[in-house]
Amino acid sequence: MTAVIETQDMPVGHQGPPLLSVRGVKTYYGNIIALKGVDVDVHPGEIVTLIGANGAGKSTLMMTIFGSPQARTGTVTFDGRDITRMPTHEIARLRIAQSPEGRRIFPRMTVLENLQMGASLDNLRYFDEDVERMFTLFPRLKERAAQRGGTLSGGEQQMLAIARALMARPRLLMLDEPSLGLAPLIVKQIFDAIRDLNRNEGLTVFLVEQNAFHALKLAHRGYVMVNGLVTMSGTGKELLANPEVRAAYLEGGHH
Amino acid sequence: MSAEMERPVAGPNYAAAARDAVLAGVIALGVFGPLIGFKTEQNMNNQLVVENRWGIVIVIVAIVVIGRFLLKAFVFPALVTRKANAGPASTDESFFKRNFKTIGLAFLLLYPVIIVSMLGYQQSIKWVDNFGIQILIYVMLGWGLNIVVGLAGLLDLGYVAFYAVGAYSYALLSSHFGFSFWLLLPLSGILAAMWGVILGFPVLRLRGDYLAIVTLAFGEIIRLVLINWREVTNGSAGISSIPKVDIFGWITFNVADPTYIGKILDLPPSSAYYKIFLYYLILALALFTAFVTLRLRRLPIGRAWEALREDEVACRSLGINTTNTKLTAFALGAMFGGFAGSFFAARQGFVSPESFVFLESAVIVAIVVLGGMGSMVGVAIAAAAMIGGTEILRELSFLKAVFGPEFNPDQFRMLIFGLAMVTIMVWKPRGFVGNREPTAFLHEKKSVSGSLVQEGHG
Repeated sequence: MTAVIETQDMPVGHQGPPLLSVRGVKTYYGNIIALKGVDVDVHPGEIVTLIGANGAGKSTLMMTIFGSPQARTGTVTFDGRDITRMPTHEIARLRIAQSPEGRRIFPRMTVLENLQMGASLDNLRYFDEDVERMFTLFPRLKERAAQRGGTLSGGEQQMLAIARALMARPRLLMLDEPSLGLAPLIVKQIFDAIRDLNRNEGLTVFLVEQNAFHALKLAHRGYVMVNGLVTMSGTGKELLANPEVRAAYLEGGHH
Repeated sequence: MSAEMERPVAGPNYAAAARDAVLAGVIALGVFGPLIGFKTEQNMNNQLVVENRWGIVIVIVAIVVIGRFLLKAFVFPALVTRKANAGPASTDESFFKRNFKTIGLAFLLLYPVIIVSMLGYQQSIKWVDNFGIQILIYVMLGWGLNIVVGLAGLLDLGYVAFYAVGAYSYALLSSHFGFSFWLLLPLSGILAAMWGVILGFPVLRLRGDYLAIVTLAFGEIIRLVLINWREVTNGSAGISSIPKVDIFGWITFNVADPTYIGKILDLPPSSAYYKIFLYYLILALALFTAFVTLRLRRLPIGRAWEALREDEVACRSLGINTTNTKLTAFALGAMFGGFAGSFFAARQGFVSPESFVFLESAVIVAIVVLGGMGSMVGVAIAAAAMIGGTEILRELSFLKAVFGPEFNPDQFRMLIFGLAMVTIMVWKPRGFVGNREPTAFLHEKKSVSGSLVQEGHG
């Protein structure tokens, strides 16, 4: 790795109140504590990434924000509204969209039908327009429009999962490990698409990743999670340069 | 299949086929010899006497040997060559296949006319009633359950409970209060839907096997209540002399009435008219079920059902209220079960808990699974094959000439039933119609065969 890394500059809206705010969240699976008091902020227009090793609690935090499981203590606020105890589908209706871990596309439904499901909230009002946008963003999906979700390759499924989430016209897009199991070229395509969406449309993105190098390069800010606690935070640039982060997550060649 | 069979062979290998056939024959002898060859019979002194039935065993073993030889020598090589010769899937489907739905519908509409013109009124009763009405009841039940199992993916093994609720609603309310069928039909649908919601609430959090067990128990509970709540349901004896359906009071089917159809239309009295009327009634009800289901599939709720079947977690994160989605599936499925139930009660004129045993639920689930989960046409074909097939067994009395006068094909019903299910599931693991028709299109319709999707992902 070289010292010259092209990272993101801070977006304009950073100074205002956060869009998503996680405060002192503790989450349990039965009696086992998974999150031990986590604070995370996402400001409008930002790409924020959460990196960490396997089992650190990254996905749990994402699921907790989405209300399944719910936080036992602490609060999750979205746009000034307390969503800690809301059921998942109502949280989604506030226009927080999610591409969950393992993609979870609908395998027997066609690509187009998957996109249709993503547009459920608006009852397909902007459907045609949004489908065109998704096909411009991911041209591969256009070729596969009539194909079943289950027959797509891993990368195409990931694109579909993101596109499906975007169909809801979200104010916050949450992505759980979009690079998992994908070839580097595809990862680059997907991350480029996220960057474009953020730059051109001001989309706010919360990205959970194990692929720390790419994630920190893409993100304006990042959090590092270890054993259910956020141990470090800073701009993408700072974290990339941080020797501890480098030792734990970057050395060993992701790039 | 062994590797050598995958290779296209020039000609049939008779020696290998013969070896294989003899081996199959030995196995068949081993299996069927003790099973069929011996029969114990009670004689005059109440003693059990062993009887030999080697004739039947020989016939069966011969069928196995010859069948295996033919398969091995001709059918398998032919299949291999066909597979090798098959280019990209041919697109020109036959006229029959393309217009299957239209032809099928026309046939269903004309069926009583065809039967009556061929056999006359009196002889037509059996074919309209035992085949037509019986099959259509199961088609309707299959389509109703299809909403729950096929679309929403909730395995319901107690569907017969809603059928029972519908049947008893009509039976009780019509015999006690004299309400007409046309009032009670929607009412029993609503009552059944209510029970669907009552069942739905406790099982909201359950999936797969656990859901199946609870729904199975629910079916049994309803049946046991019907047996034991004697004051209301008359217990195992059931309720008899349930009033017939009439055509809105204008035309009736009781010979004594002044408005009897025979008197109005100046026809000789016959029970065939009522059967034909019932045939069209159940056909209309079944088509109504199909129409509603097809419509709903294109609406948000229908799409939500299918998405729920695929992935519940993803549904929630897309803003779908899975609780409401499941409850509407249960309620609507139950409602159609209730409609079918009240029709059943009106047709039989008699209901008892005997008609609502678990086997009925199992048959309906089997119809949905065999037909291909979610496919309307598939379910109809499966219902015709399963119900019509078992009815036809009653007609095969000529087999007595082969197997002796005591041979009763009816006894082999469940055996053949099971065999057919195993065969079909091996041959077509996704049911008769494994293709799912997409509901969203860019330019033109295109359906992808289920076999292209990874197993367990469909």
